[in-house]
Amino acid sequence: MQLDAMYQEIILDHYRNPHNKGLRDPYDGEAHHINPTCGDEVTLRVTLTPGDGGELDEKATIADVSYDSMGCSISQASTSVLTDLLIGRTVADGMRTLDAFTELMQSKGKGEPDEDALDDAVAFAGVSQYPARIKCALLGWMAWKDAVSKSLDKEGV
Amino acid sequence: MSTRELERLDVEAVRKDFPILSRTVRDGRRLVYLDSGATSQKPRQVLDAEREFYERHNAAVHRGAHQLAEEATDAYEAARETIASFIGASSGEVVFTKNATEAINLVAYAMSNAATAEPALSRFQVGPGDEIVVTEMEHHANLVPWQQLCQRTGATLRWFPVTEEGRLDLSDIGELVNERTRVVAFAHQSNVLGTVNPVETITARAREVGALVVLDACQSVPHMPVDVGELDVDFLAFSGHKMLGPNGIGVLWSRRELLEAMPPFITGGSMIGVVHMDHSTWAEPPQRFEAGVPMAPQAVGLAAACDYLSGIGMDRVAAHEHRLTEYALDVVGAVEGVRIVGPTETVDRGGAVSFVVDDIHPHDLGQVLDDRGVEVRVGHHCAWPMHRKLGIVATTRASFYLYNSVEDVDALAEAIRDAQRFFGTRPKDKDSA
Repeated sequence: MQLDAMYQEIILDHYRNPHNKGLRDPYDGEAHHINPTCGDEVTLRVTLTPGDGGELDEKATIADVSYDSMGCSISQASTSVLTDLLIGRTVADGMRTLDAFTELMQSKGKGEPDEDALDDAVAFAGVSQYPARIKCALLGWMAWKDAVSKSLDKEGV
Repeated sequence: MSTRELERLDVEAVRKDFPILSRTVRDGRRLVYLDSGATSQKPRQVLDAEREFYERHNAAVHRGAHQLAEEATDAYEAARETIASFIGASSGEVVFTKNATEAINLVAYAMSNAATAEPALSRFQVGPGDEIVVTEMEHHANLVPWQQLCQRTGATLRWFPVTEEGRLDLSDIGELVNERTRVVAFAHQSNVLGTVNPVETITARAREVGALVVLDACQSVPHMPVDVGELDVDFLAFSGHKMLGPNGIGVLWSRRELLEAMPPFITGGSMIGVVHMDHSTWAEPPQRFEAGVPMAPQAVGLAAACDYLSGIGMDRVAAHEHRLTEYALDVVGAVEGVRIVGPTETVDRGGAVSFVVDDIHPHDLGQVLDDRGVEVRVGHHCAWPMHRKLGIVATTRASFYLYNSVEDVDALAEAIRDAQRFFGTRPKDKDSA
């Protein structure tokens, strides 16, 4: 059954017991994203710690990602996995992970996931066979990208 | 409808006319198509009619004097007559559009164009102080064009609320539709709730204050007998693809006298009277509203769809869907953890059954249903404000047509139970006995 390929146990676990959920203060950037086809939404905050140069740039560390969301199992689990993967990493690492995840989602089920970069997120490979669900999987990730970009902008002002 | 029991529709015979219904999906599953509210499947008769036009008569209609152009034009205008008589209209009152969305936009933009035109067009003009009334259950196609018209002209948008039961709350109709109201636009039948709205009551009030009535008939014309003479509205819009016809064709019906007075929306070729370098005059309707080379093959296909439906009889189609809806409300409503969104009795109710299932998001439910071959719509079904009003992010919708059977409804109920098992949310199997 193809369903099992999509709803991996790891995804259902994250859905039932999401990690790092809830909005926390203080934060550097916040983004609110909505999936217009179903109305699912996420509000996601990013807190950064400056890197060696003292700047909020690509070398900054992602100190926290907090979020509030409502939506399907795929969007919820994907955002939960995102927080596990990205908290404690640098912004540059986070962007590389985002790229690897986006590439996996666009692979139509034929991609070779980058296991080093994606860790638990490889479980979403099955989602890429269902074009209608790719937006669900990417919802939290796009909000993260947006929130980071706002965090970096804020520093530049 | 007559009190005599209608001869039942032979679903198996009907299904044989629809090639797509014999295919399988997702690893050999029988296709259970329950998404006709979004778009219907097409019988061979419609596909053949469109193909025959292309193979024998294809030419640009209302242009050219060669034989093919004559035949194509005849086919196009004959199709208009068939489609007009399907809704009890005369052919000069039927304007072809891309779909119902474009038909509604045609009216809204014609009014917008009138707003900056001479006083002769005052009956179509809206501006500051004027009001346009819609309902909270509208499809975005009958909401956003009016929002936009209000934004462009300074008119005010107001709306009938929806009750918990999924009916229109008409308790304030006397205040809501008043002497400032210029347009009342609403759905004949809700695409989400299945609610059939009281056209007569609303139209009667609109008449008292001299407002134009625009009826979105997308979910009614395909599913029940509709006669524009009986409805007494001013404009009526529907889409071909939801009633067994091809994509790319819709209809705007209006009274001849209104169409003759109304300014155009889209301008260009074949909608003109005389063109000079600095100004133009307009053709008579319906051509005035059909700029560019029209969708003749699709008109011919839609006429074939009307013939197909008339051959079966719209009263029988409606009776069949009524039985399916009644059965679905019982069988799906009985699954523990399922809540029907919309009227739970079949009075003034059509065959769109939306519901939520405890602890399973519609996207996830739809995924399991799809895995079982059951194709439904999930999401807000282009009626986002109504979902918000009812406090729901999204719903799952099963919508029926003449080719659906009680087995399809059974398959739906069983697939919902499968989803509950899959996600571990299945309450005790109380209802499985």
